[in-house]
Amino acid sequence: MRRRNRAGMWMVLPLTIFTLIFVAAPLLYMVFLSFASQSSSGFGVEWKFTLENYKRILDPVYRNTFYGSLRLAFSTTALNILLGYPFGYFMAKLSAKKKKAAVLFLMLPFWLNSLIRLYGWIILLQKKGLVNEVLLRLHLIDKPLKILYSYPAILIGMVYVLLPFMALSVYSSAEKLDWSLAEAARDLGAGRCYAFFTIIFPLTLPGLFSGIILTFIPSMGLFFIADILGGNKIVLVGSLIQEQMTRGNNWPFAAALAMVLLVVTSLLLGLYKKLTNSDVLEGIG
Amino acid sequence: MKNKLIELRNLTKNFDDQQVLKGISLDIYENEFLTLLGPSGCGKTTTLRIIAGFEEPSDGQVLFNGIEISKVPPYKREVNTVFQKYALFPHLNVADNIAFGLNLKKVEKSVISQKVERMLKMVGLSGFENRDVTLLSGGQQQRVAIARALVNEPKVLLLDEPLGALDAKIRKQMQLELKKIQREVGITFVYVTHDQEEALSMSDAVVVMNNGEIQQIGTPTDIYNEPENRFVASFIGESNIIEGHMIRDYLVEFDDFQFECVDKGFEDNEEVEVVLRPEDLDIVEPEHAKITGVVRDITFKGVHYEIMIETEKRMYNVHTTDYAPVGKKIGLLFGPEDIHVMCKMGAY
Ligand SMILES: Nc1ncnc2c1ncn2[C@@H]1O[C@H](COP(=O)(O)OP(=O)(O)OP(=O)(O)O)[C@@H](O)[C@H]1O
Ligand SMILES: [Mg+2]
Repeated sequence: MRRRNRAGMWMVLPLTIFTLIFVAAPLLYMVFLSFASQSSSGFGVEWKFTLENYKRILDPVYRNTFYGSLRLAFSTTALNILLGYPFGYFMAKLSAKKKKAAVLFLMLPFWLNSLIRLYGWIILLQKKGLVNEVLLRLHLIDKPLKILYSYPAILIGMVYVLLPFMALSVYSSAEKLDWSLAEAARDLGAGRCYAFFTIIFPLTLPGLFSGIILTFIPSMGLFFIADILGGNKIVLVGSLIQEQMTRGNNWPFAAALAMVLLVVTSLLLGLYKKLTNSDVLEGIG
Repeated sequence: MKNKLIELRNLTKNFDDQQVLKGISLDIYENEFLTLLGPSGCGKTTTLRIIAGFEEPSDGQVLFNGIEISKVPPYKREVNTVFQKYALFPHLNVADNIAFGLNLKKVEKSVISQKVERMLKMVGLSGFENRDVTLLSGGQQQRVAIARALVNEPKVLLLDEPLGALDAKIRKQMQLELKKIQREVGITFVYVTHDQEEALSMSDAVVVMNNGEIQQIGTPTDIYNEPENRFVASFIGESNIIEGHMIRDYLVEFDDFQFECVDKGFEDNEEVEVVLRPEDLDIVEPEHAKITGVVRDITFKGVHYEIMIETEKRMYNVHTTDYAPVGKKIGLLFGPEDIHVMCKMGAY
């Protein structure tokens, strides 16, 4: 027993070292960095303990950036649930052959660089783009809408990029479902709707929850979507961090922002674990 | 005569371009234990699902108490199903599983818990109310599934190979219990199995199916002793099936000998098939029998020996408690009532 344990320890050693070097060390470095300050010359870091960076985050400008990011993440996730749940659910009900095709269809965008795909959206959403063209032709509007470089454009881009994650994780949960359970419910007197909400829906919750995690957390950080489709008008935490590191050259403040983001997402992950009693995310674990 | 509860009239069912039911007509009576028996893929489950309402027949009618119900959705039928893999709701405990149907009908909470308790007692699981269904053994899950169906007091309980997943010993025990439960609640059971022994030991009526068609309907004794055709004879128990012809009523000829029998109603000289059950055959000294042969093989089966005897015309399978060594010359003895004459039909 003991020998086995020791052998096991040797086996995980490379992994442990890898984790220490590439995960723990940078993280620790970030923590230290977030309590340091920008050197007065404007370049480099002055290693003196200070809480200044965290205080600065409480400033309304930055606080609102966090609120804005959270709001966008929540709306993105909500839309993703509304679109992705039915998508994944009905996918699981397809015949085996069609299922394969649907999964492939969902994975297809992953093979293309997401920046290129977003530029595609610019073409679609611009003033004389396809979306406006179609709406005009259908006489739903009488002058082109200004969708591009607005909040809805960002939302569309976010949902577009993250939808496959939601759909696939709901799908993987629904796929494992024993459909005779729904029949059993109907046999016992339930209509289709009641059977869905009492039996099917609760049993696909793990997939839904992991879909939420898989879309909510990235949507806090996908700043390039906001930059490209929002035209820099809406600043998210992600872009703020990036800006502080590049143009602002203030790495300590960027680190502090990143730490807050990390804490917020970890709290949400903790909540997920508590809700589902599971460590493994459906669909990726 | 008992009341007719369900009538299937000339049901057909097509999946894509494959016809899996080819005109099923069947009466099911109140309080009856009826079994659909047949090999895999013959359409038993499909028939059951049509009765439950999960499939619509392509053609034909389903009457319940004389009223056509083929378009009535499952939840409006006075029928409940025990599914092959139980289909218990994994996120609900034992009591909530059983109470599912009653909760839907908005039955009062105290009444529900009383009924659940009574059901659990009947299936021998008293005190299991709060157990996690996913942690129960196969046999226990089966009982919960039966309780969950019966608590709704259906007129008919449909069971699709409910014992299929259990091991032989629990299977035997559950067979007895199911029969007991059926007598206790006094409702109709429609039971699906491909195990002929199970069908014969539990049922009031057995429906033998093959290839989407009914081959024979009868009591277990009828089915066993008077198989109507070669398929039934070979599917139910072991048998020696021999081609021959009817000389006239009560006289049949096969293997070049004439035998008295108890069958009549065939045309004179009609080609027929004769069933001789292995356990109805006796071995005697050759001079005491018409058909004689040589022992080719003998196997001890516990209660009896299985002896393969080669005669001039064919190999006979005999089950007897008498021993005979390989190579011994022997005679085959059987009485008129051991000969079962059937109409000849296409080969299976
Ligand atoms: N939904 C379906 N779509 C297409 N074919 C089906 C469907 N359900 C059943 N079948 C076909 O119908 C035939 C009869 O199936 P059924 O399930 O009724 O057989 P069964 O007698 O219950 O067999 P088993 O003993 O194996 O359960 C089979 O050939 C099966 O492949
Ligand atoms: Mg079946």
